Amino acid sequence: MHSFEFLRPENTAAAIIAAGQAKTAQQGADVRFLAGGTTLIDLMKLEVETPSRLLDINRLPFDKIEEMPDGGLKIGATVRNSDLANHARVQRDYSVLSQAILSGASAQLRNMATTAGNLLQRTRCVYFRDTAMACNKREPGSGCPAITGSNRTLAILGTSDKCIATNPSDMCVAMAALEAIIHVEGPRGARTIAFGDFHLLPGSTPHRETVLEPGDLITHVTLPPPKAGSRHVYLKLRDRASYEFALASAAVVMNLTRGSISYVRIALGGVGTKPWRSPEAEAALTGKPANAANFRQAAEAALRNAKPQSENKFKIELAKRCLTHALQTAVNG
Amino acid sequence: MSDKQESNPQNPTRREFLSTTGTTAAATLIAAYVPLAANTSAEVGPPESIGPTIEGAVPITLRINGKDRQLRVDPRTTLLDCIRESVLLTGTKKGCDHGQCGACTVHVDSRRVVSCLSLALMHDGKEITTIEGLGTPEAMHPMQASFLACDGYQCGYCTSGQIMSAVALLKEPCGPDDASVKELMSGNICRCGAYANIVAAVQQVRKQGSGV
Repeated sequence: MHSFEFLRPENTAAAIIAAGQAKTAQQGADVRFLAGGTTLIDLMKLEVETPSRLLDINRLPFDKIEEMPDGGLKIGATVRNSDLANHARVQRDYSVLSQAILSGASAQLRNMATTAGNLLQRTRCVYFRDTAMACNKREPGSGCPAITGSNRTLAILGTSDKCIATNPSDMCVAMAALEAIIHVEGPRGARTIAFGDFHLLPGSTPHRETVLEPGDLITHVTLPPPKAGSRHVYLKLRDRASYEFALASAAVVMNLTRGSISYVRIALGGVGTKPWRSPEAEAALTGKPANAANFRQAAEAALRNAKPQSENKFKIELAKRCLTHALQTAVNG
Repeated sequence: MSDKQESNPQNPTRREFLSTTGTTAAATLIAAYVPLAANTSAEVGPPESIGPTIEGAVPITLRINGKDRQLRVDPRTTLLDCIRESVLLTGTKKGCDHGQCGACTVHVDSRRVVSCLSLALMHDGKEITTIEGLGTPEAMHPMQASFLACDGYQCGYCTSGQIMSAVALLKEPCGPDDASVKELMSGNICRCGAYANIVAAVQQVRKQGSGV
């Protein structure tokens, strides 16, 4: 691990000023906020991340889950994943989020990992994690050996000829379906980012993963008021029954009115270069009867633009079945 | 599983013996080798003593198994390396060192974490419990006794992590069935495959209602 300076900013303003000196908030950032450490320390040991300065934000006041006046929920940046998943309001009104978080990592890691850290969780692509290999995300312009190499677990949606790395988060898939809002404070003040606008597609700049700029500190995430009577399902398919990243996953939030789908939000995990909201699948279902034929049609729509790699063609059918099964599970209650 | 034993030159512990012989061998090979320079943290001795000098080291206090430990740590030092190499509590094991195996599981403020993915500096002032803080060979924690009774191990390398996880699990939301225990214990890998007996050990303690 490269040496670094460890600082504990006194308050939010000091943290933003210190982080604002970074050249970038993306891959290669020389200043990093440190929360749970489960991604960052891991990648620093691998020398994939080599910050010269760490800003420990664990003692800043971002560790609360609070009710919003509109009935929504405010989740602090450093709320631990386990506390979020086991929170009574989340379990009752945003069950898809609880299910998603509890399907990810291990109990120990969920006790450490934070809301903001999970938003910034980095890919498990083996080429990204191995500094002996080329990787456009880690070393822009060096190439993507995954495209002709080991790509069984990598993405089929949102890929480019520069990067096919999968976003590994489960939490983010649920937040995409819940239309969460990300709240950021930065050198130029506070702003909000819609969940769908937060992560970037790799395109020709896979080292840029989010819209964050130097000094931007995620302070909290808000969830809109829950849809009354909505059904929540997170289904995750993987090589092991537990403690494994998704090959395909689906988050479904659905309201039924007399057998028809009056409201539905759908996002997929394990298949996209970012948490993959599917407006195509939502459009295919809204106003339609909740039946197997319509579920299959929605799944076809969601995967229509899928581009398989040499080892992961199976993911297309797997993701379709994952989504149809999640939709059916939502109906069955 | 007693706490760190006091050093006794007449009767060195296994670790001291290995450490001494290792140093001698290294010194023979490389005359200029300075073993302490390789350490990334050190326990601060009494005021009159002079500890090893580590450039950029930061003083911290960790309360480990009920005892305050004043340490100087290189910022890179993980909680795991600090516990093992500075405090010399070697019951906590280093497996993968990347948060994937659970062998290094300890409790921080009563919650289980993997100590390999945490910097010691992050825990300044926190309460740390390691396997040595759970019980002693004479007065074992119920979970330790249950692992022994159920034969919840073979080689034993993952065992301290398994037990630390299992003790934390007792206070976490967990369904009564074996499947729930397996799910919440999935972060602890056992290469020997003692899983069935580990689940039995955890369930035995839960059914007895002891150790909670």
